[in-house]
Amino acid sequence: MGDFDFGIIVKNLPFLWSGLLFSFKLFGIALAGGIFFGTLLALGRLSRFRILSSAIGGFVNLVRSIPFIMAIFWLYFMAPEIVKYFTGQQGEAIGPETSAIIAFIMVEAAYFSEIIRAGIQSVPRGQPWAAYALGMNYWQAMGNVVLPQAFRNMVPIILTQAIILFQDTSLVYVVGLKDFLGAASKAGQISGRIVELYVFVAVVYLVICFGASRLAKYLQNRMDPARQVAISKDLTLAGPGIRPDGA
Amino acid sequence: MEWKVFFEQAPSGGVTYLHWMLSGLMWTLIVSSCAWVIAFTLGSVLGVLRTTPIKWLNFAATVYVEIFRNIPLLVQMFLWYFVMPEVLPAELGDWLKQTYPNLITLPFAQFSLWEFTAAVLCLGMYTASRVAEQVRAGIESLPRGQTNAGLAMGFTLPQVYRFVILPMAFRLIIPPMTSEFLTIFKNSSTALTIGVLELTAQSRQIVEYTFVKFAPFAAATMLYIIITLTVIFLMRLLENKVAVPGYVSQGGH
Repeated sequence: MGDFDFGIIVKNLPFLWSGLLFSFKLFGIALAGGIFFGTLLALGRLSRFRILSSAIGGFVNLVRSIPFIMAIFWLYFMAPEIVKYFTGQQGEAIGPETSAIIAFIMVEAAYFSEIIRAGIQSVPRGQPWAAYALGMNYWQAMGNVVLPQAFRNMVPIILTQAIILFQDTSLVYVVGLKDFLGAASKAGQISGRIVELYVFVAVVYLVICFGASRLAKYLQNRMDPARQVAISKDLTLAGPGIRPDGA
Repeated sequence: MEWKVFFEQAPSGGVTYLHWMLSGLMWTLIVSSCAWVIAFTLGSVLGVLRTTPIKWLNFAATVYVEIFRNIPLLVQMFLWYFVMPEVLPAELGDWLKQTYPNLITLPFAQFSLWEFTAAVLCLGMYTASRVAEQVRAGIESLPRGQTNAGLAMGFTLPQVYRFVILPMAFRLIIPPMTSEFLTIFKNSSTALTIGVLELTAQSRQIVEYTFVKFAPFAAATMLYIIITLTVIFLMRLLENKVAVPGYVSQGGH
């Protein structure tokens, strides 16, 4: 332990930085895609069409029952097959990066849809009714009245989920991508100094995630507790049909 | 049909791929259960400490939770497995890397005792930080009056925790604890990165050996779903069994 070599970190900084940038890129895409598709899934889940809502419920619960790594493997191995099936071409067109991005968007959409569903349900019923009474259609009522309020109530919990997502981006290591952890691992193998590099990675993640969690807490404290979307009731249970509304 | 792959001979040990799958399932269950014992015990202690008026203990527990919660699980896995033996005193580190793995041979496993131990410790101590948060939230959700009433009755603070607060708090947190328990089974798949051949690892291994892609992953996915449903079912039984009569459980709006 006495010979902790900072030099090796300095030497590898550009490489590690490119890895961290990839982590941030994947994080950004997964967050945007997850919230976008998560909103659609949540609206579908809450829709009156039973078939749509139970199909989406089944998908969401399926994705949430399997490990994240399993979802990454599914896409990594199956996406080329699917491309081949539809286009007839050899399926090497989809590389690990694209398949990982799709896996992340899919998994995050499932998790965000549960958050957003709770967020939509946190908006009083009278709001959409009033919007309909004013002559708005479904998309106008949702887009202009319900969702803006829902998202405001959800800011702290979305931030919390975003921190988890940022940590989860390290899982792309399993398909050999050079994210922050992957880059450090590679640099560690080449230089033989894995201790320094893994400790450095841990410290950087700790600083970023701890800072972000302080921010989430600050926003949470500023917000009226009655409006906040609760984490403990609807969101923590992955199972089908568990305690809807605490019944 | 793709599913026949499970009855083909695996390349080693004179067993079928079905055997690999079941061994993966077994190790997923073993790693997760062992880690859960650590997570539940340590997490409960930490959660209690975070609510006590003893300043430095409270602070120490907070530091633990913040550190273990804010470093990705996969990074923690590498810290335990690769970094730990290097930063310990040289003799102990060498013992961990060379002697310890051979102390016992794990049944049906192509990985060593140290890989298994590192995975269990990592998963257990990581999950402890999450359990601690649930326990703290459970305790804090109880009305202050319960503590005050206990103290007024002449209980000491440890007695208040033992006889008043914890019996209530542990019942209230069963739903979020169910979720943590489910998460530990899913998170145990990260152990594949340090060589533990659990369910996800075995299904990938079968895909790589046989080039059959759908069936192994589909089977593993179904097994994970079965684990999820079983855990939910058992925790619900537990919740009903220990429910306090007449006490309206949380939620309800």
